[in-house]
Formats: sequence, C-alpha cells, structure tokens
Amino acid sequence: MKKLMLGNEAVALGAADAGVKVVSAYPGTPSTEITEAIAKNEPDVYCEWAPNEKVAVEVAVGASIAGARAMAAMKHVGLNVAADPLFTAAYTGVNGGLVLVVADDPGMHSSQNEQDSRFYARSAHVPMLEPADSAEAYAFAKRAFALSEEYDTPVLLRMTTRIAHSQSVVEPDGRTGQTVRPYVKDSDKYVMMPGQARRRHLVVEAREKRLAADADRSDLNRAELRDRKLGVVASGCVYQYVREALPTASTFKLGMVYPLPVGAIRAFAAEVDELVVVEELEPFVEDALKAAGIPCHGKELTGLQGELSANAVAAAFGRPVAVPNAPSDIPARPPVLCPGCPHRAVFYVLHKLGLTVMGDIGCYALGAVPPLNAVDACVCMGAGVSMAHGMEKARGPEAAARTVAVIGDSTFIHSGITGLINIVYNSGTSTIIILDNSITGMTGHQQNPSTGKDIRGNAAPALDFVKLFEAVGVEHIRVVDPFDLPAFEAAVKEETARRTVSVIVASRPCALLSKKTEPPCVISKDVCRRCGKCLKLGCPAIEKHDLMRINPILCVGCGLCAPVCPFGAIGKEEAR
Amino acid sequence: MKKDIIICGVGGQGTLLTSRILGHVAMSAGLDVKLSEVHGMSQRGGSVVTYVRMGDGIASPLIEKGGADMIIAFEELEAVRYLPYLKKNGHVVVNTNRILPMPVITGAAAYPENLMEILTAAAEVTAVDAQALAEKAGSVRSVNVALLGAAARQFSFTPQQWQEAIRSCVPAKTVEKNLLAFAYGNGEK
Ligand SMILES: Cc1ncc(C[n+]2csc(CCOP(=O)(O)OP(=O)(O)O)c2C)c(N)n1
Repeated sequence: MKKLMLGNEAVALGAADAGVKVVSAYPGTPSTEITEAIAKNEPDVYCEWAPNEKVAVEVAVGASIAGARAMAAMKHVGLNVAADPLFTAAYTGVNGGLVLVVADDPGMHSSQNEQDSRFYARSAHVPMLEPADSAEAYAFAKRAFALSEEYDTPVLLRMTTRIAHSQSVVEPDGRTGQTVRPYVKDSDKYVMMPGQARRRHLVVEAREKRLAADADRSDLNRAELRDRKLGVVASGCVYQYVREALPTASTFKLGMVYPLPVGAIRAFAAEVDELVVVEELEPFVEDALKAAGIPCHGKELTGLQGELSANAVAAAFGRPVAVPNAPSDIPARPPVLCPGCPHRAVFYVLHKLGLTVMGDIGCYALGAVPPLNAVDACVCMGAGVSMAHGMEKARGPEAAARTVAVIGDSTFIHSGITGLINIVYNSGTSTIIILDNSITGMTGHQQNPSTGKDIRGNAAPALDFVKLFEAVGVEHIRVVDPFDLPAFEAAVKEETARRTVSVIVASRPCALLSKKTEPPCVISKDVCRRCGKCLKLGCPAIEKHDLMRINPILCVGCGLCAPVCPFGAIGKEEAR
Repeated sequence: MKKDIIICGVGGQGTLLTSRILGHVAMSAGLDVKLSEVHGMSQRGGSVVTYVRMGDGIASPLIEKGGADMIIAFEELEAVRYLPYLKKNGHVVVNTNRILPMPVITGAAAYPENLMEILTAAAEVTAVDAQALAEKAGSVRSVNVALLGAAARQFSFTPQQWQEAIRSCVPAKTVEKNLLAFAYGNGEK
C-alpha cells in the first residue's frame, strides 16, 4: 500500500523490513526521526538512545559482530564523534549487516557547520549510498544491509535535510525474516592489533577495488540519456533539482556516491557534448572525475556554500527563472527561548553579572542572541566545559573567576563529563553550570540517561548528577532552581569566587514538558512605568506597546518576570 | 491538477499538521505529493515554512520563488515574508493573528502596520480569524485545521476526501472538534 512518509521514516521502515535487530542512536537534526520511528512503529526491534554517537556506533558494531543486522543513526557532526569506531570497523568488517546513517545539513538549518560527510566514506574506505526521495530511502536502507553482508563492510547511508525531512510516496514491498547469523570467535578478523590490522588493511583495499568495479554495473546508478548537448551527474535531492530545472538534459543519477562508478560515468561522458557535476557543498564527485581524467565542470557554476534548489540550478545554467514578488522590508523572526524556559533565568543572571560564558550546543545556545547576549562561544557538544578550562590556563585564575561554562544535561552526558574530569585532574578552578531541564530539548524532547525513562518511555535508572560529580572529585556542588533568581545569583557569585572547581546544577524541567496550565501573568497599567526591565528577559510573551503588555496566548504563567519588575507591576490575573 | 502551496507561520503553531492533511487529501485523490518540512532549531518560535507540492510526477520537494499557487499563513507578518514565493495573482489565506518577533519586542524594529495592504496589492487575499473559529469548534488547538477549511475552497477535493484526510492525520480523540473547525473555516455557520 502506498504511504506518504518522511525520508527518515522510510529509512526506519526499510531497516525494519530488512530485519534490523539492534538500533542505537544519539539524536541530532536532521536524523532524529529515524530512531523515533523505530521506537514508535517497530516493537520487535531493540532500539535505544545512546549517550553519544560513538557509543551508538560501537553498540551497532558489537551487535553486528554478534551476527545481527544493526544500525546507528546520527547527524553529520555526530559522525565526527563516531569516526573512531567507523575507521576500524571498516577493517574488521561485519557479521550481521551494519548500516550507519549520517544526515548532512547543507544550508545549516539546524547545525553549527555544513561539513560534507561523503569524505568519510572515502577516507574510511566504506561504500556510501544516497537516496533522492522517500521511496529510495526505503529501498536503499534495505539494500545497504544486503551490501554490507555481501562485501563484509559497514555501509554508510547519507541523508540530507531535504530528503530526511521531506515526505513523499513509498510503496513498501514487505518484510524479510532475518535470522541472527552464528557468532564464531575470529580474532584475526575482530581483534585489531597491528599484526591483524596490517592483514585486514589488505582486505579493505581489495574490497574497495571490487566495490568500485561492481559500482559500474550496479543498478543503484543509472544513465538517463535525453538531449545529448548536456549531461549532468547528480545524486540525492540535487538530482531532483536538476530534473526540475533542466528537464531535457541527460542525467547520470548516482545512488552510490562512494565508490564512484567511474567507468560508467566515463561512458556517459562519451555520449554527451558537455559534462557537468551538480553537487551541494564540496566538489567531491567533480574532483574524483577530474582525477580520473574525465573532463567536467562543476563548482565554478554552483559554488561551495549552502543548499541548491531548482532555481539555483537553473540560474547556474543561465536558464530563466520566475520573477518573484518583491520582498518587503520586515523584521526578522529568529528562533527564541520559549516562554517559561528555565534557561532564560540562567542567562538573565549571567548577563546581569557580566560573566564570560563558554556555551555549548542545545536550546541554550539561544542565550547568545539579543536581548540576553550572554554566550561568548559555542563550538561543539561538550566544548563549553573544556574551553572554560583552556581560558583559565591561558588567562589565569582571575579570568576563571569571571568565567562560567554552561552545558545541558544531555550534552554533559554526551561529552561534557570528560572535560570536567580534566578540570579536576589538572587543578582547574572553573565553575560549570549544568542546565538540567530533564530532557534533550533542542532535538524535540528525547529521553536521556538522566531523565528516568528510556526511548520508549519505560522507567529506566536515572543518572544522579550530584553523586557523579562527587565521584569525579568536585567538592562544591549546588543544586538550585534558576527561577529563584536571588538564590541562583548568589550561587553563581559564590562559586565563581572560589579558587576551586565547582558545579551548579540549575534544575528546572523544560517548560514544554509541563502539562498543567498556569494562568498568564498580567502587567498592571497603573503601576507599569515603562522602564523596560521586563524586556531584558527576552520573553516572547512580553510585548512593548505604549505600555508593556503580556500576550495571554503565549504566556505560560511561569512568573519569572514578576520579581524582575522593580515596581511590582507584574502578577497573576486571578490575584488582581 | 497541479498546485504548489506554501504553509508558513511561527514555530509551534502547528503548521506541520496542516501540510500533512493537505498531502493526504492529494494522495487519496491519486496525485503525486511531496512535502518539505522544517524540524529542529527554527521550531523554537522562529519563522517556519512547509512546502506542499501536488500534481503529476513531482521532482523537487521545494517550491521556488515565484512558484506557489497559494500561501496559507498562520500569522500576518509571515504571510508577507513568503510573498516572494507566490506566483503573480496567487492566493493568500491568512490567519488574522500577530505574534511579535524578538526584534520588535526588544524595540530594534517595529511591527509593520500595512501588512494587509502589501498582501492585497500582490495577491487575492482571504483573511480568517481562525482562532475564533477554533474556539467556536471547542478546541483552541485546531486553529490549523480551521485555516485549512478556509483554504479548502480553492481546491476541488470532495468533502469526503477532506474528512478522511483529517481523520487519518489528527489524534483520534480530537477528530470531531477538528472536523467542526474545518467546517467553520470552510464557511459553515
Ligand atoms: C555531535 C552532535 N550530536 C548531536 C547534535 C545535535 N544536538 C544539538 S543540541 C542537542 C541536545 C541538547 O540537549 P541538552 O544538552 O539537554 O540541552 P537542551 O536543548 O535540552 O537545552 C543535540 C542532540 C550535535 N549538535 N552534535
């Protein structure tokens, strides 16, 4: 039966239909819905949220060695974290099929960089497939498991935002019963010490040659001859843009982006007058074709930055595009911390105290934007903790007394813990603030090891942050509700002044988790003096008109603004 | 029938449900469909847009500037933001609702007063107080379906096809209220 599905849901269904037994992942836009769909729709598949992508891939590697089909899913930067197991799993090969899904984000809709993960396939010497719609996402997920077992290799499945988060029609073709293969101890294959690894490296090289030769004949790639004047090589969503913008051009559609079917592309090139590679981000395909001596054009037409589109492709080839209505000069609408967000209180205080804030990745990165303007740096998950330490070692303990690191609960578990151990071990004096909102917020509310629930919402042991910090050797640990503004401010002042490492757990659940509705706050017209202090919170519910006004539809009644008003003009409706 | 529809609003307003219902109704009528959604960062109160494309063999999931037949906007400022995506003489169905963006809240910019003039100068406009219709249907959360009801007049799908699409997309508990909100949006008194 035909179904309208997200690319990510189609990957999940394809994997389940291929008999995947173990799925481990850490959330990350645009990959999250893959594992969520497994959890929601596939009760017979074991799935979990791992604390980070390295763990997720290692779990999948273990399951594969044990003989089961296994999958891990992550966003592009997650593969950086998981690169270590990937590169050596490429040497060991697999027992049960092993598929690693990596979702790139050209244009950075929700990411801190737009790296191109195709290079991982090349440097780890593993094949990579790239679907161009949900139907292919389904089919390629299935195919990836078969390829993995056929060639004894992990297989990368590359998604991009527009494939992951677009819905199109899928016609599933049924589930194949998959048995777990026998596990046989084989230390020459699975124990990668130098002696074995040297022998396995030869296997990797031979496998890659075989894959490259087979790619030329694979039905994953196809030449589509139309008008012979122009031939375009493309994959993924870019292929769709090309079909839309240049409907008469001949196309070579890549389904396998590594190893490239160089022989088949050479034959295609011979059929057309001019060959152009259209690809987002890096000239990955273009450079490979040029190195193989196939003349082609590419990046000089489309550039290295961001996403393409049908119009961008048309413009690159000098084709006309529709003349749009003129844009109006209107205010931007950047993302904001939600009304009631616990992070707002933290950044309000940090901004007020004028501290240097080493930030991290999560909803709380929004503490960097006006009017809170509180975050000084944000690089990658876990970096805030280690950067605060680096700053201290560069500028001395005086600077440390003016610096804090902020990091979310999920991010701390992902990769902040090692940075904290480093600070304790190397006599740092940083103050670390854990923004514990009891959920992985940014990626859409996934459970994590500190929330007391597993991926399916079943009860799970909850990591006790305070015990963990004690065990690590942190002497000064405080747990404070950041909405108690005076207590939180006092805690920050005391802990930054201390010449030793301390951790403040700013504990308050994400506002979107709360089911009970509080009455909204109101500003008394008679008492408000228009001083604008309440606007410093950056709450989307507090609006500046002639007088300040709270929008009752947006306000969740958190009450954070009440103590911020120096005239006591803000309170709850019922109380007035 | 070939139609490209932009659905825009502010993160958290429920634009995804509207696009999914539209996608389902088109598929049940035998059309090819692609929807492109926004998940992640911008859902936090930022400007969000979903593309719905229906017709015969849709390639790209995106709608290009100057390509949309219709904009369904959940907020007035957002309707104007996506106006460059509308074809000349396209249709805008707009919820008469204003949510101030942060630059307005902090005083760095003003909320424009002439949004309706800008819209009517460029397009045929249907303005709907979807909030009021949703409240009348007994569920403030069905603003998105009420708005869709207003937009539905521009499509040739049957009432049965719409009702079936709504049933298959909204939570079972909310079906009746959503059907009512759709009917009010569609012009039922
Ligand atoms: C290596 C890596 N993996 C995943 C992500 C995607 N990601 C961004 S923020 C975030 C979670 C943040 O959760 P938490 O730290 O609890 O903060 P919250 O958003 O709840 O405030 C994730 C998974 C990423 N940016 N980098």
